[in-house]
Amino acid sequence: MDALEWARWQFGITTVYHFLFVPITIGLAFLVAGFQTAWVRAEKRGDPYAVRWLKLTKFYGKLFLINFAMGVVTGIVQEFQFGMNWSAYSRFVGDIFGAPLAIEALLAFFLESTFLGLWIFGWDKLPRKIHLACIWIAAFGTALSAYFILAANSFMQNPVGFKLNPDTGRAELTDFGAVLTNKVTLVTFPHTLAGCFLTGGALVAGVALWHVMRDKPGTDADKRAYRSALKVGGWTALVATAALFITGDTQGKIMTEVQPMKMAAAEALYETQQPAPFSLFTIGTLDGSEPIYSIEIPGLLSFLGTGSFDGQVQGINDLQAEYEQKYGPGSYTPIIPVTYWTFRLMITFGALAGLVALWALWATRRGRTPKTKWLRWAGLSLPLLPLAANSVGWIFTEMGRQPWIVFSQLKTAQGVSPSVGTSEVITSLTVFTLLYGVLAVVEIGLLLKYAKAGVPDVTPPPEKPEQTDQPLAFAY
Amino acid sequence: MELTTVWFILIAILWTGYFVLEGFDFGVGMLLPVLGRAHGDKALAERRRRVLINTIGPIWDGNEVWVITAGGATFAAFPEWYATMFSAFYLPLLLILVALIVRGVAFEYRGTRDDPKWRRRWDACIVIGSAVPAFLWGVAFGNIVHGLKIRPQPLPNGPLEYVGSFWDLLNPYSVLAGATTLLLFLTHGAIFLTLKTSGDVRDHARSVASKVGLLAAVLAVAFFAFTFSYRATAASIVLSVAAVAAFAASLLLIRVRRGQRPGTRKEGWAFAGTAACIALTVISLFVALWPNVFPSSLLPEWSLTAQNASSTPYTLKIMTWVAVVFTPLVLLYQGWTYWVFRKRIGVEHIPDGAH
Ligand code: HDD
Ligand code: HEM
Ligand code: HEM
Repeated sequence: MDALEWARWQFGITTVYHFLFVPITIGLAFLVAGFQTAWVRAEKRGDPYAVRWLKLTKFYGKLFLINFAMGVVTGIVQEFQFGMNWSAYSRFVGDIFGAPLAIEALLAFFLESTFLGLWIFGWDKLPRKIHLACIWIAAFGTALSAYFILAANSFMQNPVGFKLNPDTGRAELTDFGAVLTNKVTLVTFPHTLAGCFLTGGALVAGVALWHVMRDKPGTDADKRAYRSALKVGGWTALVATAALFITGDTQGKIMTEVQPMKMAAAEALYETQQPAPFSLFTIGTLDGSEPIYSIEIPGLLSFLGTGSFDGQVQGINDLQAEYEQKYGPGSYTPIIPVTYWTFRLMITFGALAGLVALWALWATRRGRTPKTKWLRWAGLSLPLLPLAANSVGWIFTEMGRQPWIVFSQLKTAQGVSPSVGTSEVITSLTVFTLLYGVLAVVEIGLLLKYAKAGVPDVTPPPEKPEQTDQPLAFAY
Repeated sequence: MELTTVWFILIAILWTGYFVLEGFDFGVGMLLPVLGRAHGDKALAERRRRVLINTIGPIWDGNEVWVITAGGATFAAFPEWYATMFSAFYLPLLLILVALIVRGVAFEYRGTRDDPKWRRRWDACIVIGSAVPAFLWGVAFGNIVHGLKIRPQPLPNGPLEYVGSFWDLLNPYSVLAGATTLLLFLTHGAIFLTLKTSGDVRDHARSVASKVGLLAAVLAVAFFAFTFSYRATAASIVLSVAAVAAFAASLLLIRVRRGQRPGTRKEGWAFAGTAACIALTVISLFVALWPNVFPSSLLPEWSLTAQNASSTPYTLKIMTWVAVVFTPLVLLYQGWTYWVFRKRIGVEHIPDGAH
């Protein structure tokens, strides 16, 4: 393997890893903000069990912070590795791609990091409402950062708002508005955000379900806390699943329009068909030119791709021929088994998460305590399913774009740093993989420890911040 | 003024902000083993370390975003610079990234288990994670000022790429630059602690600041002298002299007779002095560089300049608007954070049983 292959592995590994933490951060930030809002309101109403919301805020807040740390440190790698491993790509797209990236840092990361710092350390220092505002601003910051980074990524999927400068061979920005309102961005953002809410909701619900089903004596407030969390998390997950299906459907249509090869590869659809079936299972020949065996639902792919049950969907072989004409000789087909299976697994994992959430809500309705072993196992899988769905979804998106790094403009092979040698890339790949592996073990251990420990005992912070010297409430 | 000039200045401001702000939290991190001791009293040592970490707890992440923004802004405004620089500094950057990763995680995780061994390990990560970038950023800037083996690849018209090796990056000058930044940050951190802590920690920090400060001053003078032999303009020389003067002033401000301590006002000015020293140092280097951004040591024509490395005027215009609107906002709310957490912290503020 040469530097290119290693660089691709490195980017894939580090990015998928980063994106394990990101959806938890985004989803949980909003849910924790919601819990804290519920607490402030319940206190005001004089709800005798108001403290349960504070307990949830601190409990899930702790899990959130453990996770956030990993999101931040793995993000720094992302920011720098374009220049390190993909310098030719950076030269090519810098004019366009750099802007959303820089704006993300200036607008979103400063908001997140500063206001989260205020939130962690400000419990006793800030008036209640302002302290509450801090977590909302941080949550808003996470959504903003998602928007800008997705705008950058969408340019790679569907380059718009630029022209190619023949002298320098670089893409030059002509319309920044077009980049920010790229139709791919507009569908990717809600879809990804829904994925984040599913992830956050499933985590909240999964942990709460475990505590509800555990036969352990606890205070009344604790028990109520878990039930409230289960409800909030479960419903968030359900709504998010529905949103994912709707937005995913739109994404499929846009994708068929801008990258027909990706849709064909997602379906292992070798010949153009009208109407085209959606296959549930396919085995193809090894050279990836035709299917051997498949189970299909007639017309469904036409519907996904075009919105009508008898629309035409182009096949891989036709597209390959067309692209050779347009872009010169070479393969324009991504690795079919990867695109085919990741697409299916994304949908399956997500749907399973939604179903488990539904089951958990149903089994615990009106104060019931379910006893089935099965639900307990399903509950444990709940936080993991959306993570898996997110990862395979991205692997599909990114590998389905191959051989392009910027679709129709720059091949991945042309994007790699020419001055960086194989040994350097192998070094960094090894270092990151080992470090990330160790950190994963540490982080999972901590999450389990705190999830098991359950909601903490809390003393509500003072209404008005005190002027006197007092111990730091929530120090490191 | 041309937009490329504006962006050269903005990038300089971002790096200045980064070194001034993260400089002291690197310093605090490195001082953990020095100021976190208590003559064998384990419980007190533990509290002291928590005092140190809590002085930067709410702000270190916000400080770190300055470098992320500097990276992103370089990508947007000078893509050629971003591409050449980050691939040239491949292995040093890798080390910096690893250091920043373990450091960031360590802050958040050290208190999550009540186990002394666990904390010792994370504390080691904080120390190493602060020292390595403090040194390597200096090495990187030293190399930029010195110039690197950059040439068109392929000749004659290819993009300007780095053609040297990792070992070329470690020369006497760049190592001196690294040692200088390391000691400057150490002093800056110690003076920050005199301002932010109370009791014994405060006194101890002051005595460390005076000792390390002297060494830092010697290195800084040597570094500037060395720098002038590579690259100097009248303005950069004036700025360097001002930097050394500001540093000397802060060391004088915290000098006291035995058993006394300077008041908060003096410590505040001393901190302003080291901050000014770091800022002036960075600015003098950028002034010396102009109009180059990444000079070639092989042939001056092969240098990356603010002109040939920049994005198009259109991108620069958009980015300028964004920077003009949002940078003041960021400064405002970051400043507010410092205000909210302005109180001194002492061992008596650390809650019992916390870990
Ligand atoms: C919990 C996660 C989850 C779930 C349940 C789904 N997705 Fe998804 N999907 C993602 C999480 C995700 C993602 C990780 O967030 C991706 C990767 C890139 C992106 O934009 O979102 C994605 C990408 C993605 C793409 C690729 C877009 C492109 O490459 O241009 C398509 C076409 C769909 N999805 C369609 C669907 C459909 C039709 C779904 C259900 C019926 C679905 N997704 C469920
Ligand atoms: C939104 C911001 C993102 C950008 C700008 C981006 C950009 C890139 C770039 C530059 C590459 C390397 C070149 C290539 O191999 O094509 C790449 C590959 C890859 N990315 Fe992304 N990516 C983003 C998000 C993600 C996420 C969130 C994931 C997964 C969770 C992901 C998964 C991958 C994978 C698996 C590859 C390797 C594909 C291959 O080489 O075959 N990406 N991406
Ligand atoms: C390859 C592309 C990516 C780059 C360059 C990147 C860059 C970064 C950086 C530098 C940070 C740390 C910020 C801090 O210090 O506070 C970060 C965290 C974050 N990133 Fe990424 N990122 C990428 C992919 C993504 C994607 C695809 C998303 C969302 C859809 C995303 C959303 C976030 C969020 C919400 C955070 C803050 C929360 C957390 O730390 O978990 N990033 N990213």
